Amino acid sequence: MQDVLAANENMAEENAKLFGDKRVLVVNLMASPGAGKTSFILRSIAALRDDYSIAVIEGDLASKVDAEKIKAHGIPSIQINTGGGCHLEASMIRQAAGHLDLDEVDFLIIENVGNLVCPADFTLGESVRVLILSVPEGDDKPLKYPFIFKGSDVLIVNKVDMLELTDFNMERLEDVVLSLNPDVKIVPLSCRTGDGFDEWISWIKERLEVIVRRS
Amino acid sequence: MHELGLTQSILEIALDNAAKNEAGRVLKVKVVAGDLTGVIDESLRFYFDYLARGTAVEGAELTIDHPPAIVKCASCGVESRVAAGQVFACPRCDALTVELLSGREFYVDSIEIE
Ligand SMILES: Nc1nc2c(ncn2[C@@H]2O[C@H](COP(=O)(O)OP(=O)(O)OP(=O)(O)O)[C@@H](O)[C@H]2O)c(=O)[nH]1
Ligand SMILES: [Mg+2]
Ligand SMILES: [Zn+2]
Repeated sequence: MQDVLAANENMAEENAKLFGDKRVLVVNLMASPGAGKTSFILRSIAALRDDYSIAVIEGDLASKVDAEKIKAHGIPSIQINTGGGCHLEASMIRQAAGHLDLDEVDFLIIENVGNLVCPADFTLGESVRVLILSVPEGDDKPLKYPFIFKGSDVLIVNKVDMLELTDFNMERLEDVVLSLNPDVKIVPLSCRTGDGFDEWISWIKERLEVIVRRS
Repeated sequence: MHELGLTQSILEIALDNAAKNEAGRVLKVKVVAGDLTGVIDESLRFYFDYLARGTAVEGAELTIDHPPAIVKCASCGVESRVAAGQVFACPRCDALTVELLSGREFYVDSIEIE
């Protein structure tokens, strides 16, 4: 009896060891298309770049639009095109990491392919799994895609500036998510206005401090 | 979905085991894919036949079992079967705090070689 996903699991473990040795905190950022992954990365960079050195791996079906956006801010950024593939795999991260000087990186953010199904099955060797749900997508998503909500450490609820335009119910969302995953940290925020962003930044800073100060 | 990559992994497992056992040919590959894995049989079979060409697995029979999704409710303790695509909750009391007992497993159960 041999697990079909074992090859990915093994590679993810090797990645985790490499990132651990190099003292890099790695975020696997997952969401639907357009939920605000790239906006979230850009705002995080702006808030953290003075204190930590940051790099980004961008996964996309095609094009390098997102990687170019990151590079325009002077942050090293590697684009992986999955060529139609619906998720990133650990081996792709291994390859991309080879193009980064990990000795010089404290914080690596990986933008996964926009998809709430497949990335749930493929770990990459990350330290933290962050899921973004945006308000226009609706508060029923955890019921439709339970596994990605179960497997996340942080849930960012983005685009709260649009709450009034929708029937999105934050309380209902929190109830459902916490019953699926009692340990998840939920942070409502807006990448547009910056509301709520501080809470995410102080949460991730705590983790970054542990990694950077450890020697 | 990503059936191509998954089928590649299945084939690698089969070929690996065939080589380890110095087998000439693989006759049968038995895969278990829980109801909630979302694996699509037709596309698994299509890639399997395609990728097996010219290897020791060519012509092998592929069987795919789908164990049902069973959840155990944390509030009422009852075990029940839920269909794929159905809301992930206890059908008896609607509680969402359920433990998944089966339905997500995905492995090569056995292969037959000669
Ligand atoms: N109103 C509002 N719009 C936002 C917010 N965050 C992002 N957007 C907008 O949402 C759109 C998609 O944002 P991106 O950051 O490109 O989303 P993404 O998830 O990276 O998208 P893909 O990589 O294409 O899947 C853009 O038009 C953003 O300006 C927010 O907090 N509020
Ligand atoms: Mg993007
Ligand atoms: Zn129950």
